[in-house]
Amino acid sequence: MTLPVETEGLTKRYGALTAVDDLHLTVRAGEVYGFLGPNGAGKTTALRMLLGLVRPSAGTVRLFGRPPGANQLARVGALIEGPAFYPYLSGRENLRVLAHYARVGTDRVELVLDLVNLTDRADDRYAGYSLGMKQRLGVAAALLKDPRLLILDEPTNGLDPVGMADMRTLIRRLGAGGCTVLVSSHLLGEVEQVCDRVGVVSRGRLIAEGSVADLRGSPGLRVLADPLDEAAARVRALVGAERVRVVDGGLDVAVEPERAAWLNAELVGAGLAVRELRSGERDLEQVFFDLIEKGTTDVG
Amino acid sequence: MWASFRAELVKLTRRPAAWLLAVVTVVLAATFTYGFPYAGIAGGTDGPYSDRTLPMLLPDRLVGNSLSGLPVFFGALVLILGVLTAGGEYGWGTWKTVFTQGLSRREVYVGKLLALAVAVLAILLAVFASGAACSMLIALVETQPVRWPSVGDLAVGIAAGWLIATMWAMLGAVLAIALRAVALPVGLGLVWMLAVQNLLSGLVAPVLDWVATVQQGLPGPNAGSLVAALGAPTDVPGVAATVGGGQAAVVVAAYLVAFVLIGGALLTRRDVG
Ligand SMILES: Nc1ncnc2c1ncn2[C@@H]1O[C@H](COP(=O)(O)OP(=O)(O)O)[C@@H](O)[C@H]1O
Ligand SMILES: [Mg+2]
Repeated sequence: MTLPVETEGLTKRYGALTAVDDLHLTVRAGEVYGFLGPNGAGKTTALRMLLGLVRPSAGTVRLFGRPPGANQLARVGALIEGPAFYPYLSGRENLRVLAHYARVGTDRVELVLDLVNLTDRADDRYAGYSLGMKQRLGVAAALLKDPRLLILDEPTNGLDPVGMADMRTLIRRLGAGGCTVLVSSHLLGEVEQVCDRVGVVSRGRLIAEGSVADLRGSPGLRVLADPLDEAAARVRALVGAERVRVVDGGLDVAVEPERAAWLNAELVGAGLAVRELRSGERDLEQVFFDLIEKGTTDVG
Repeated sequence: MWASFRAELVKLTRRPAAWLLAVVTVVLAATFTYGFPYAGIAGGTDGPYSDRTLPMLLPDRLVGNSLSGLPVFFGALVLILGVLTAGGEYGWGTWKTVFTQGLSRREVYVGKLLALAVAVLAILLAVFASGAACSMLIALVETQPVRWPSVGDLAVGIAAGWLIATMWAMLGAVLAIALRAVALPVGLGLVWMLAVQNLLSGLVAPVLDWVATVQQGLPGPNAGSLVAALGAPTDVPGVAATVGGGQAAVVVAAYLVAFVLIGGALLTRRDVG
């Protein structure tokens, strides 16, 4: 099975600025891959290089095992940094024009318009579309070729919450249908529900990669008990001092959540008042933020 | 390439600006080539083109009359069309959309140029058709004989006109690609065609020999010489036989090829983003 996306040492420099730095990115067939990073991290530049829009300063790109060239994009759909269409044409006419370029039948046009719920407004001029409608037309265009690989750069930009939910449903459905999806975002929470794996970029470098669960790490337990210092001492004796941290008037305990009942019994048995004991699920955006902070200081 | 050609034709024929340019070209050509000169003859007053005589407006002069605008006015309008065709893709950011559809950039580019050339030919034929109608009307009103140019002359005239007009359109396209914009290329292109070119030939060339020599290699004077050789009246701005017709055709064709190659090299090599 050839990899839909494989880059080696992919680098793009703009003068002194290295927008993408030695990127080794691998997207496996059939997976939904989240490409995450704050604004300016180099996501769009990297995706442009995948599509041959921008020439790498160094490194290689392979899509489905083939180097960039004509026809390489035959079954790759893409929406890069916002939709771009002809304002004087209607949504439908825009897609028909693209269907010519992509050499697909115009029957695909109606199908993809329907997929993004734009059929009603398909005959209106693109210039009059709302941001959300433009974005949806962009996704429709990306789907025109019935792609094996779909590259979506921040597809939820400009969408309202309903539109975002629709987009997630669509991505999930495409993923389930066997399409490989590479979707970028600056918000982890926005794509984590649909991604099989995520890669986090900061300042052009891939600083972490894995499943969302991997990145989040073991959730651990959050314990609120009185008196706090006695509770801390007791828990340290039970699970080892290195697994216990006192944070915000409570304890973060790095053990599996399944041991909650046991820990509770131990603490109560020791005469401590346990007020709260729960899975210490870390806030995702906090995880993301920490990763980026860490990546940045490592680089710096 | 044909895929791109078809897509480009749809884009051009649905574009209101392209129609506006075509209509303006035809109306201006009819007005300046036939309307004003005929009004002058009919009114018997002195004025611009007052040395035009009725025989110059009759159907047998169709080829020269239809080509007379190409060195300047018609040329400027198709230059704008060329800028719009290539520059619009920068203005709307649509290159990235087009270039990710699976065709190579070269195929997209060649298809675009072919469509542009076809649009230019359509406008040229419209100018010939309206000229035929105007001259026939004048002949009938003035009870003059209606004699048409030979098919051979007509074919040579249309071919030469197409060559010149496509060369100007490509100059517009290459300016748009080089500057990745619409407004600036239109401005620079028009300043060149309407002002600089006329100043050089009218004011500078007569007093500076080297300018006169250089001029003979510039696209405008060569276009002017080519249409003059085919019978365009030399009182029209830009029409003058500074070089022979054959040489002029070769030079115009060379510019066309150069513009196509430069535009292609820039478009296929540069980053889109
Ligand atoms: N054409 C360009 N010229 C100069 N700098 C650029 C260009 N394109 C992007 N950059 C810079 O590269 C960095 C990465 O940008 P980008 O890939 O758009 O990030 P992201 O999509 O992650 O927000 C930014 O600092 C941006 O300013
Ligand atoms: Mg971006």
